[in-house]
Amino acid sequence: MPQTTAYDSKIEGNVIFTQLDAAMNWMRKNSLWPMPMGLACCAIELMATAASRFDIARFGSEVMRFSPRQCDVMIVAGTVTYKMALAVKRIWEQMPEPKWCIAMGACASTGGMYRSYAVLQGIDQLIPVDVYVSGCPPRPEALLEGLIRLQKKIEGEQAFLNQKPKLAHELIPDIEKRTHPTPSIRGGVRGAAPSTSSVA
Amino acid sequence: MTGQELLESISRLLGAKIQSRIEFRHETTFSIQPEDLREVAKFCRDELSFDYLIDISSVDNFGDEPRFEVVYELYSMTLAVHLRLKLAVSEEVCAVDTVSDIWPTADWHEREIYDMMGIRFNNHPDLRRILMWDGYPFFPLRKDFPLEGLPSEMPDVAFTSAAPMEGGPFVTQPSTATAKDREPRAKRPDLNQ
Repeated sequence: MPQTTAYDSKIEGNVIFTQLDAAMNWMRKNSLWPMPMGLACCAIELMATAASRFDIARFGSEVMRFSPRQCDVMIVAGTVTYKMALAVKRIWEQMPEPKWCIAMGACASTGGMYRSYAVLQGIDQLIPVDVYVSGCPPRPEALLEGLIRLQKKIEGEQAFLNQKPKLAHELIPDIEKRTHPTPSIRGGVRGAAPSTSSVA
Repeated sequence: MTGQELLESISRLLGAKIQSRIEFRHETTFSIQPEDLREVAKFCRDELSFDYLIDISSVDNFGDEPRFEVVYELYSMTLAVHLRLKLAVSEEVCAVDTVSDIWPTADWHEREIYDMMGIRFNNHPDLRRILMWDGYPFFPLRKDFPLEGLPSEMPDVAFTSAAPMEGGPFVTQPSTATAKDREPRAKRPDLNQ
């Protein structure tokens, strides 16, 4: 008759202790499913990033979803015309929280060379952007660098507080004092403003 | 009949309908009256084998009268001849008869001209905007439309705002100078270092 225990010795060595935020962020950042918002030539580089030579799967983002309901990060790759602008915003709004946005290339970041009646001067006028990637178009390495920086940014997020603010305050009334806000990330890719979920 | 003979015969056959004839680098351009367009177009297609309408374009000679020109590029597949028809359109009329029933390809060309330049086409089957959205209040290719655009608002469809030009447009002056000196510059000299 084997002795029953509350603790399975088979997995005894595999228990690790961590913070809830760290665990959630770790899971989120390593499987960022992209929404490929390909609008112009940057989309070609985005496809190259996904293909075998550069292989975005190394960073957990190979699952390009064409339904916004299944996406975590919108990669705006290309020139956003005014005709397309509200469609991009609508797709963004259809993505479930938490969600992030990478503005890929000069056009998506600022309108690029199109100082024109027809082109939105940066997608950040409509949706909050976490990482801007420079280039026209950026090389796949640059996009991967942007993705890695987004992962670094996610590492510092207050995931539990953002996800379940009511429960978090019930459990830990002074949670605001005990956790640290998102550190800003600066470097080769422009340091992004903290993501806000309710920007019109 | 060779292509050259064909072009010679057009002048004879159309006679007074042709206001002027310009030869430039073996390309022939006829200027005609807007009222004669459909008659000339049908004649060119049926009698002269111009079965292919390459393109229709429009020109805004802002400040001149008549203000607009509409240009038709015709091509004869059988004789390999190119022919250009030009008609002047005043701003008050701002309309030309459609040729979309003569060459079906004219449908979208005419919609583009209407969208960008605001020239209407009489009896066009579906004269809507083709690049901008329905309800956009301006005609962006007109010379009096600013390059940076104008603000507009169509709720739930689209909005526009003027782009920051920051001293632009940056233009290259044609010259024999070195590539460095020919780099695009701002038109305002104080913006160039």
